[in-house]
This record gives sequence, C-alpha cells and structure tokens, in this order.
Amino acid sequence: MKKITLKMWKKIDGIIQRYKEKSGALIPVLEECQDVCGYLPMEVQERISRGLNIPGSTIYGVVTFYSFFTMVPKGRHTIKVCLGTACYVRGGKANLESIQDEFGVETGGTTGDLRFSLDSVRCIGACGMAPAMVVDDDTYAQVSKQNIMKTLNGYK
Amino acid sequence: MDSKDNIIINGSEFSFRPGETILQVAERNGIDIPTLCYLKGSMPTGACRICMVEVKGARNLLPSCATPVVRNMVVETESERVIKSRRINIELLIASGHHNCLTCEANGDCRLQELAYRYQVETIRFPESPAIYPTETSNALIIRDFSRCILCGRCVQACNEVQVNNAISYGYRGSASKIVAVGDLPLDESDCVFCGECVQACPVGALIERPSRYKGRPWEVKKVQTTCPYCGVGCQIDLHVKDNEVIRVTGTEDATPNLASTCIKGRFGYDFINHSERLTSPLIKKNGKFKEVPWDEALSFVADRLGDIKSKHGPDSIGVFCSAKITNEENYLAQKFARAAIGTNNVDHCARLCHASTVAGLAAAFGSGAMTNPIGDIEKSELILVTGSNMTEAHPVISSYIKRAVEFGNAKLIVIDPRRIPLTKFAILWLRQNLGTDVAWANGMMHVIIKEDLYDKGYVEDRTEGFEELKKTVAKYSPEYVSKITGIPADDLIKAARMYANVHPASIFFAMGITQHRTGTDNVKSMANLSMLCGNVGIPGGGVNPLRGQNNVQGACDLGALPNVFTGYQPVNDPVLREKMATAWNVESLPESPGLTLTEMVNKAGSSIKALYIIGENPLVSDPDLNHAEKAFASLDFLVVQDIFLTDTAKIADVVLPSSSFAEKDGTFTNTERKVQRVRKAINSPGLAIGDWEIICGLSARMGYPMTYRNSKAIMEEITRVTPSYGGISYSRLEKKDIHWPCPTAKHPGTPRLHIDKFTRGMGLFHPIDYIAPAELPDKEYPLYLTTGRVLYHFHTGTMSMRSDGLNDIVPECFVEISSEDAQDYNVDDGDLLRVSSRRGEITAKAKISDQAIKGTIFIPFHFAKAAANKLTNAALDPIAKIPEYKVCAVRIEKLWVHGEDR
Ligand code: SF4
Ligand code: SF4
Ligand code: SF4
Ligand code: FES
Ligand code: FES
Repeated sequence: MKKITLKMWKKIDGIIQRYKEKSGALIPVLEECQDVCGYLPMEVQERISRGLNIPGSTIYGVVTFYSFFTMVPKGRHTIKVCLGTACYVRGGKANLESIQDEFGVETGGTTGDLRFSLDSVRCIGACGMAPAMVVDDDTYAQVSKQNIMKTLNGYK
Repeated sequence: MDSKDNIIINGSEFSFRPGETILQVAERNGIDIPTLCYLKGSMPTGACRICMVEVKGARNLLPSCATPVVRNMVVETESERVIKSRRINIELLIASGHHNCLTCEANGDCRLQELAYRYQVETIRFPESPAIYPTETSNALIIRDFSRCILCGRCVQACNEVQVNNAISYGYRGSASKIVAVGDLPLDESDCVFCGECVQACPVGALIERPSRYKGRPWEVKKVQTTCPYCGVGCQIDLHVKDNEVIRVTGTEDATPNLASTCIKGRFGYDFINHSERLTSPLIKKNGKFKEVPWDEALSFVADRLGDIKSKHGPDSIGVFCSAKITNEENYLAQKFARAAIGTNNVDHCARLCHASTVAGLAAAFGSGAMTNPIGDIEKSELILVTGSNMTEAHPVISSYIKRAVEFGNAKLIVIDPRRIPLTKFAILWLRQNLGTDVAWANGMMHVIIKEDLYDKGYVEDRTEGFEELKKTVAKYSPEYVSKITGIPADDLIKAARMYANVHPASIFFAMGITQHRTGTDNVKSMANLSMLCGNVGIPGGGVNPLRGQNNVQGACDLGALPNVFTGYQPVNDPVLREKMATAWNVESLPESPGLTLTEMVNKAGSSIKALYIIGENPLVSDPDLNHAEKAFASLDFLVVQDIFLTDTAKIADVVLPSSSFAEKDGTFTNTERKVQRVRKAINSPGLAIGDWEIICGLSARMGYPMTYRNSKAIMEEITRVTPSYGGISYSRLEKKDIHWPCPTAKHPGTPRLHIDKFTRGMGLFHPIDYIAPAELPDKEYPLYLTTGRVLYHFHTGTMSMRSDGLNDIVPECFVEISSEDAQDYNVDDGDLLRVSSRRGEITAKAKISDQAIKGTIFIPFHFAKAAANKLTNAALDPIAKIPEYKVCAVRIEKLWVHGEDR
C-alpha cells in the first residue's frame, strides 16, 4: 500500500486547518486530501474526522457515495476496459479477465506494485473499434488476448 | 375559526397550525396515513414514499410526511392512484431484500408486513435482489441483517438526530447502498455505544436485539411499563414478559423523560432479573457456612439478635442502610423501622457517597437540595455549562438532550472537566481544570463577571442576600491567579465568564465531579453562587441541576433515609415535627438527635456501632478506603444484608435476606428531576424472595412494632399524610400525569421548576467561599493524580450490570485510562498490566491509552470488585456533608507485565 508520508500528513493538517471553521467543508477537504495522497485510506479519514469534528461514519458514507473518491490508491497507469454492448459481445469481458488474471487485480483495484489501476467502463463511444480499451490517454482498438499484454508491457 | 385556514382531507375539513405537515394534521385527527421512514422528532427525509397522498392541483403524488399544509389544500389519502402507488412501492421494498417472515424476529411487529397485508400485496412482480452483505453477528447485542434492510434511514436518524451518537450513516450508492459505521466496520469496532435506539426505530427485522432472539413472538408477550432500575434519569421502559421471564426491554413511546430512548443498560442490562444466581432463600451463617432457612426462622433470628444488641448497647448501637435502589415506599418503611421500631436515627444510604454535598449545599443556598429545573428545560436553555459530569456515560439520555440542543438548536455548551470527555466534542469551549480546583474557577468566573459589571443586578438585589461578602471574597480570584491554581488559561476563563453572563437563560449541570471532594459542599455552593449571580435560578431553561446517580437516590433522600430528617426533609431535631411523626407512627417518642451518617457508621463499626442492617447496598465495593471498611465490617457483632444477590458485603453477613428486584414489585421511584414515577410488577420473584417492604414489616412485627399494609399503594397513602412535599401524590394521579414534587395537595399540579418567584428559603443566599486544595496532592512518591468514576456499560458496584453477558462482553474488566504522554513516560503500551498504588492500597489493572486522559492524571472506573478503585481512594471527608473525596488522590504506577506476554 502507498504510505502516507510525513510531508503528506503535514499537508493534510494544513488543509484541515484552513477549512476548520467553515461549514460544508467536508467535500472540499476530502477532494484536496485525495489530491495530496492519491486516495483516502481510513487513517486519513480518521484524521479528518477528528480535525473537523465530523463523525467518521458520515465521512465514510460520503467517500463511498461519490465515485470520484477512492479508498484504493491509484496506480501509475489507469486501464479502462469497455464493457458496453458492442465491446462486450466482441470479447471485452474476456479481455478484462485476462488482465485480472495476469496482474492479480480486481476491477476497481490497483496492483500491489502500484503499476496499474483497473476499471471497467460503459460505452466510450468507440464502438467501431470494439472491443476497446483505454490506458491513460491512449485508446486501443480491437484488443485481444493476443495483443493485450504487449500493449500493457509498454507501460512501466 | 376562519374557514380558509382549514384543509380538507378525505372530504372532511380540519384546521391546522402553521408549519404542520399533512401527516401531522391527519394523525392529529385520527386519519391513518402509513409511513415507513418518518421518525417522530427528526427531520422528514421523504425516503420511502409510502406516505404519498394525492393533493388536488398537484401533478404528482406528494409525500405527506414532508409536505407542509397550505390553506384550502384538498387531500385524498386512500384514492385509487394513491393505493396503486403504495402497492408498487411495497412490492419494490419486498423485492429489494430477502423477506422470509417465518423466523424473522419482527414478524407480527413489522411495518412492511403490516403494509403488505393492508394493501393486499400478494405477488411480487419484481425479482428478489440477491443479498450482497452478510448478516453481522459479531457483537452480543445487535444483529444487523442487511438482507431485510429497506434503507428507510430511520436508524440513521435515531442514531444521529435523537441520540446524537453519530455512529452510522448511509454508505455506497445505488443497489450497493448500505447503512455503515465508520470504515464499514462492525458495530462493536465502531463508535456505536449500543443504546439500541436504532433497533427500536427499525420498522422491519433488519436490526434486532440479539439476546431476545427466538425468545418469544410479539403477540406472546405481555408488556409492562415501569421505570428503569439503573440511573437517576428514570427512563420509562416496557418489560416484555413471557412465562415469568423478561425477554426484552424497549423504551416506552411518548413517555417522559426519555421519549422511548434508553441507554445500553436500560435496554440490554436486564439479565440480572432472571439470573440463576438470584438469592432464593433466607440464609443464616452457621459455623462459617450459609444455611438455607425458612423466612420465619430467619426473621425471628434477626429480631432476637437486634433486640439483644438494643437492650445491651442501646438503640444507637444499631444502624440501618437504606437503599437508592429500592422504592420510595420501601425506603419509607426502612427509616420508619429504624426510628420507630429500633429507636435510632442511624439511617443513611449511599447518597452520602455521591450527593450529600449537593443536598447540603443547595439547601443552604436555596432552601431545597434538588435539581431546580426539569430535564425537558434543556430545550429552553441558550447556554449549558456542564462540569464534573461525564454525562454521555453516566446519564446518557440527558446527554442526548444536550447534544440535540447544541446540534439542532441554538444552545451553546461549555464543558469544564479534567478529562476530555465525549461531550467536549459538542462544546464551544472546554476548560480543563486541575483536579479539585472547582471553587477556584467558579470564583474566577464570578470575579470577571462582577468586575465587568455583567451580573444581573436587579435579580441580585431583589432575590438574594450576601452579595457584598461574595464580592469581597472573589476579588482576589483574578483570572491570572485562578490560572495558577486551576491550570485554565486566563483568556479561556474570561471567555467562559462572559459567555455565561451574557447568554440567558443559562443552566448548570453537575454530578460527582463536583460533589465527591472534601470541599464538595463548597463546590456546590459555588455553582449556586454563579447561577444566582446571573439571575438563572427560578427561570425556565436555567437553574442548578445536580444529576443524581442511582435510580432512586432522590426518592431515598425524600423519604427520610437520612440521619437528620424525616420524610420531605423535616428535621428530626424539631420537637413539633417529632411529635407529629410520633403520633402518626403511634409511638411514645422518637429519637431526638440526628443519627450517624453512613461513613461515620462504617468508621464506628465494631466500636459504638454493633449491628448493621444493610438493604440493597454493597458498601464493600462502593466505600472509600476499602481495606479499612472491610476490617470495620468484620468487627461488627451482627450484620444483616438484604439483597437480590450474594454481594461482597452479603458474603460476610450473619444473615442474608433475599428480596425482589424492581421487576417484581409495585411502587415508585423519584428521578433526578423530582418526578415521582411508577414501578410496576411484571413477574413473580424467584424462590422465596419477597419485596423489601414485606421483609421489613415481618421484621418489625417480630420486634414488637407491627406495621401492616395491604400493598405499596397503602404505604404511599401513609407517606402523603406525613410528607408535605408528597401530599398530593397518588397512584391514580400518576397514571394520568407527570408530577414533580413539591406537590402538597391532590389539586396541586406539582412543581417542575423550583424557586420561581421566591426561593424555598425566601432569599437566595450567596456563600463567600475560599479555595482549599484537595487533601492529597501528587508528590515525589505518588506523582500522579487519580480520579475515579463510571463507564457507560456498567453500573455502580456491578451487582446488576455485571450479570449481563452483553454488557460484560463490551467492558469485561477494570482498566486504567492513561494519556499517551504519560504512557510514553512510563513506557506503557495498551493492555500492559499496571500496578496502581496509593498510600492506602494497591490494585492491578490493564492500561488503556486514551485521548480522554490528560497528562498527569489517570482515571479508573470504580465498578469492579476484583480491582476496586476504592482501595486507593482517600476517605478525607467533607466537613459538612461527610462525603468522601473520591475524585482526587495521589498514586503511582508500575508496569507488571507486557500485553500478550505470559505471566
Ligand atoms: S422484516 Fe418484516 S417483512 Fe421482512 S421478513 Fe421480517 S417480518 Fe417479514
Ligand atoms: S446502538 Fe445506538 S449508537 Fe449504536 S448505531 Fe444504534 S443508535 Fe447508534
Ligand atoms: S436497518 Fe432498519 S431502520 Fe435502518 S435503514 Fe434498514 S430498515 Fe431502516
Ligand atoms: S461499447 Fe465499447 S465503445 Fe461502445
Ligand atoms: S414516511 Fe414519508 S416518505 Fe417515508
């Protein structure tokens, strides 16, 4: 897991300090803290809870409600496998599974070495290229078991 | 009424008050609109859409729980369209989970089931969603079955808006939605305090009380409303009884003071009632062993022995301990027995150890020693000062009132406490004083208030006396000087003083943190001074409010279980009153001089006190400097203990008499706000156990002073004849209304607020008081402060609460709360075994590092006999009230072994 460094803790405390007396501070504080750490693990949520005097259950509720927040650290690269109808019928699911197997990672999760985060998405508007996959900002067409690993090997 | 201020529901016209919702108007007029998510007293969330109604002119159906009424609205609550929508809704709710009613605990008491029946929903057109979250069964008290949760949110509201424990919230989204605790942890690892409010609020079988599971169906139980046997709040609870067993407890809906709330002890602490260790036969010790004997033998034996001792050593060689646990009626008989049958004023009870200083201090200042305002007044306070009361643990239901006032009302909270107690989270200001320096901070606040001319001059002039002396005394307590004594920063003290003086009405709440000092009476008088100075006594939302510890400690005091007064605080040394009581009790004369206090009786045990008759108390855990008390009891000629269990004290007795628990008798308790409340018999006592009042009567008859009563009601009738403040109380009136004493006549409505236009003693009296340091301060040898107190999960000496597996599961043993700074200095980790020693004794317990503790001060709860904190405490007494200094002494700690290592 990605460790929260001393530097990060200091930044987090600074953010809490800035918002302390304001109402409706929770969401902006969570956003800024996520920017600092890349994710919002329980230890960070607990510090925010104590700092802003907001119950931990409320914070957990908010973090898990908005898809924008994550409790899993992001990898250096994000893989999005399309599972929209067109991609699905052409093997999107199998592609996803092969990535899961190869890297030992769940959808929504991150590899232990923080190299990849894996997500599935609904139609990305590239049905003509189905099955499609996006890695960081690059879109790949006609992905298959044969070419998928080669593509991913390019991302270190 | 003007017709345009009316609305029409189902064709009939109804008036409404501004701000009312459709649902409220309908309910008020007996029209039943079904609801699921709506929780009375909370903000409507409009989550479930079951309460939808048709409003003429509106395109969509509207949720009646959240729609305010407007003039001339025309509403249909059961139109075809409404019914159709409700049906679909019910179907969706049922399909959203796994609703198998066969073994569901809610069956028969389930809103969803009820609705399905009412709207004849037979087939479900939607596929049942699979359960995503497994049922949580990790704790002993609450089961969370997520497959039955309809996400109505009532539990979240109950937790956050009613109890304000803030333990649960909505989590995740869409079909994955779930009610979550912090980090989605199981309740026992979360902030949950197991009050069970959520369980009672849950309309279906998603939250259930684990101990009640499979014990009985709702229609098989008889519900009996009674008063909680734990603390002085006096929550109204329903005992659910099946086959002479209490199988479940719920808060009584709509009854004050708790409005269906309870804490963990009230709801889950009932195991003691039907416990296998209950005493079921009188016991006489023969050759060091207890032998079961029939009642007649036991009572005759006790009567003979007490008779012998009385004739040999005089009546004052005998002492009676009454009890804050038994009813008013029983306390009345116990003191009558002492005074009329034995002929001694040596009667007292454990109030000596908690609030004797309150009674003495407030009686001196106001003329009456009880809470001045009712609990409900918290809603009217603009500022609340809490000091020396860890309310969330000791009086949880009152703490909810305060938390609500702060979170959802306009009230400000100031906490003055040596520990970072949970209430500090809600406080605008927390002052941390050194132990035992309360007179100093109070004088300091008054110094500032007088210097800045912020006090209520009109009030001080018209209603009080002694102001000039007070002014002279507090003159030297400048914030800087006070800061040196108390450790409270001068600025904070000034801030608190200004706030207290400027915000009106302001109330003060305190408990044992103020009273259990050798300066306890002084501390209490200081609270009275502060309150009067700002004109806060005798007004709604103000007052000086001591929170009484035990369920009936107020009543025991009221009924004369004190050495110096008869019932209703009528002094025994007043010849007229003595004459009146002697006539009523049909005796020649009554003893004149006040008797010994409980602490004095313990000290003199074996010397001038030869025999003690102890009812429902366990002094061998609760008394200070226990090693001494143990020796004293052992040197008595004769010790009788009357209790429901073989307590530590009972074990060393010569005779043990088994009595009924609160669930097995009728009577009354008087709660901390002076409200007299009914206790009702729900089950029969085990074995030969009988009511305390029956035992006392049996004993008295055998000592030549027969007392005969048909029942507890007959005793109450006698009480009202001899007690002016209870004069207007009767069981039939209590059925209909809340009565706070004083209530002198049958027509009198009772007195929720004392001292309204005039103090009981006429003028309120200021007492000039100087600060005196605690009897023992830390030094080289014993470098740490120790303070003692309660935890939420146990009660007093644990006689009752420690017989609940559920409660023991949560706090199984004693602990030493220590700050992380001290822990570092002493190289202590969580769970390490510590030896704590004072000049008087030592105990061992595990360390608990906590941010509630402040460097230099450790805290130990006093409930546990195995590690009795009172082996350490100092028996230095308050000179007036004779209350011991439980709250301050000096100790040292040593580490014995490290957590996880073998010994
Ligand atoms: S919660 Fe109600 S509807 Fe669901 S199974 Fe239990 S009784 Fe039946
Ligand atoms: S038991 Fe009490 S504290 Fe715990 S979740 Fe339920 S309402 Fe909240
Ligand atoms: S647990 Fe009960 S009260 Fe809470 S949301 Fe679910 S159904 Fe409603
Ligand atoms: S379905 Fe995958 S891009 Fe449209
Ligand atoms: S009761 Fe009104 S929306 Fe649930």
